[in-house]
Amino acid sequence: MLTLVGIVIVVIGFVLRINPLLVVTIAGLATGIASGLGPLEVIAAFGKAFITSRYVAIVWLVLPVIGLLEHAGLKERARGVVAGLRAATASRVLLVYFTIRQITAALGLTSLGGHAQMVRPLIAPMAEGAAENQYGELPEKVRHKIRANAAAVDNIALFFGEDIFIAIGSILLIRGFLEQNGIRVEPTQLAIWAIPTAICAFVIHCTRLLLLDRSLRADIARETDKA
Amino acid sequence: MITLEHVYWLTGLMMLGVAIINARDATNPRRLNNTAFWGIYALTFLAGTHLPDIANGFLVIGMVLVASIRGLGQGKKESATREEREASARAWGNKLFIPALTIPLVTVLGTILFKKINVNGSPIVDLKQVTVISLAIATLIALAVGMAMLRPPLLAPIKEARRLLDAVGWAAVLPQMLAALGALFAIAGVGNVVTGIAERWIPLDNALVVVMTYAIGMAVFTMIMGNAFAAFPVMTAGIGLPLIVQRFGGDPTIMAAIGMLSGFCGTLMTPMAANFNIVPTALLELPDENAVIKVQIPTALMLLAANILLMYFLVFRH
Repeated sequence: MLTLVGIVIVVIGFVLRINPLLVVTIAGLATGIASGLGPLEVIAAFGKAFITSRYVAIVWLVLPVIGLLEHAGLKERARGVVAGLRAATASRVLLVYFTIRQITAALGLTSLGGHAQMVRPLIAPMAEGAAENQYGELPEKVRHKIRANAAAVDNIALFFGEDIFIAIGSILLIRGFLEQNGIRVEPTQLAIWAIPTAICAFVIHCTRLLLLDRSLRADIARETDKA
Repeated sequence: MITLEHVYWLTGLMMLGVAIINARDATNPRRLNNTAFWGIYALTFLAGTHLPDIANGFLVIGMVLVASIRGLGQGKKESATREEREASARAWGNKLFIPALTIPLVTVLGTILFKKINVNGSPIVDLKQVTVISLAIATLIALAVGMAMLRPPLLAPIKEARRLLDAVGWAAVLPQMLAALGALFAIAGVGNVVTGIAERWIPLDNALVVVMTYAIGMAVFTMIMGNAFAAFPVMTAGIGLPLIVQRFGGDPTIMAAIGMLSGFCGTLMTPMAANFNIVPTALLELPDENAVIKVQIPTALMLLAANILLMYFLVFRH
């Protein structure tokens, strides 16, 4: 049971809002010590795990060019494009992005999106631009809600699209794991059985997105009442 | 051959640039903290492969102490005012999208083409890491296109990267830190303990209860580990294979496919999946770091319920 001390530390740390880097480090060291490693061994194990996980940070390489383009007005232009479309609303912009993101992910094109390279510079400004077009200057709260929704669309469409592609990491992991346990499965079969959930994800989240415009309108009415 | 190591050098150089720009910025009250933080991070990319594990461990602890004692700051100077950006947006028009869209397009092209190109029988990039390497190459090409088009001062890209990276702050390193924590959890055998608890406390003699335990277990364990890949082997070996497949005769393919997707429902609900849930709140400058998770929870719960029903009705059909 002592092995679970790391989980307890993480939960307490997140609840008390202590700097997550510190919480995670302490949780890691405590877990290692609880499992019987010496203090220096734990630090070495943590260092090794950190170094082998460096690939997670590669996405930051997009920042120089995205920053440069933002300086030159990329976000403003993204808003401007949508402002030219009368039919555009925040809901519809996000619906279109959801559909494209899920379909392209299902074709294995998972890198056609992402928070740093697509959501921040393009999708969020477009959705905000569409809402501004309808309602004029937006209250901060509404702006934040639209942005959080833009980030969520990227995640949900990706997660429940990519598993339909046979060469994606999770399919390979499932196949490898089952094979170790003496069960041979075909990647195409795994991909096919990801489709029902993908359809459910599309229906559920797109329904919620359709309701987003209405909820934004209510938020704006409430904020202007307050003012 | 281009390998992941070269991409790490590139990332290290960028982090080093960010550290140096910070060192020279008098408008940031904590500039030395920022310099130390990004400087050490740069070192882990440039030299981490060759340093002993223990040295890397102390570097990581150094970064954590810098970030949590007094914390990181941000320079004050805006790089351009809103009016300037709007004027520039009007002047450049839709051309601004060209470098931005170069990134995903070249990444996708790279992942397809590098697999087909050989020089003297060997590939030019490490095919196991083809996506990450393609992304790195794509950012360089996009940067070249952007520089040629906009003709900014030579140091502008790294200054802009500094601005964005400092806006994200320590959250930029959190996903990597959580991946390291997951590895330690695996060494310590956290998974087996969790499965043991489930087996002891849940009545596992009814097919629906077993399916629910497996699917919800995948989601909850993914929330704890921050990653469905870590939860899958544990839950499948502990509950999926012995109960759903062996005792109740379920189809392993359907179980595994829907089980993994149940784990993804958990990913949507946890701050431990920082790269999907916490980093975007920093990137989008949202005051509430749980804002994205809050939007995702209703979808995740409805989808988890849908997964349970799908698995129950599909996995046992013959």
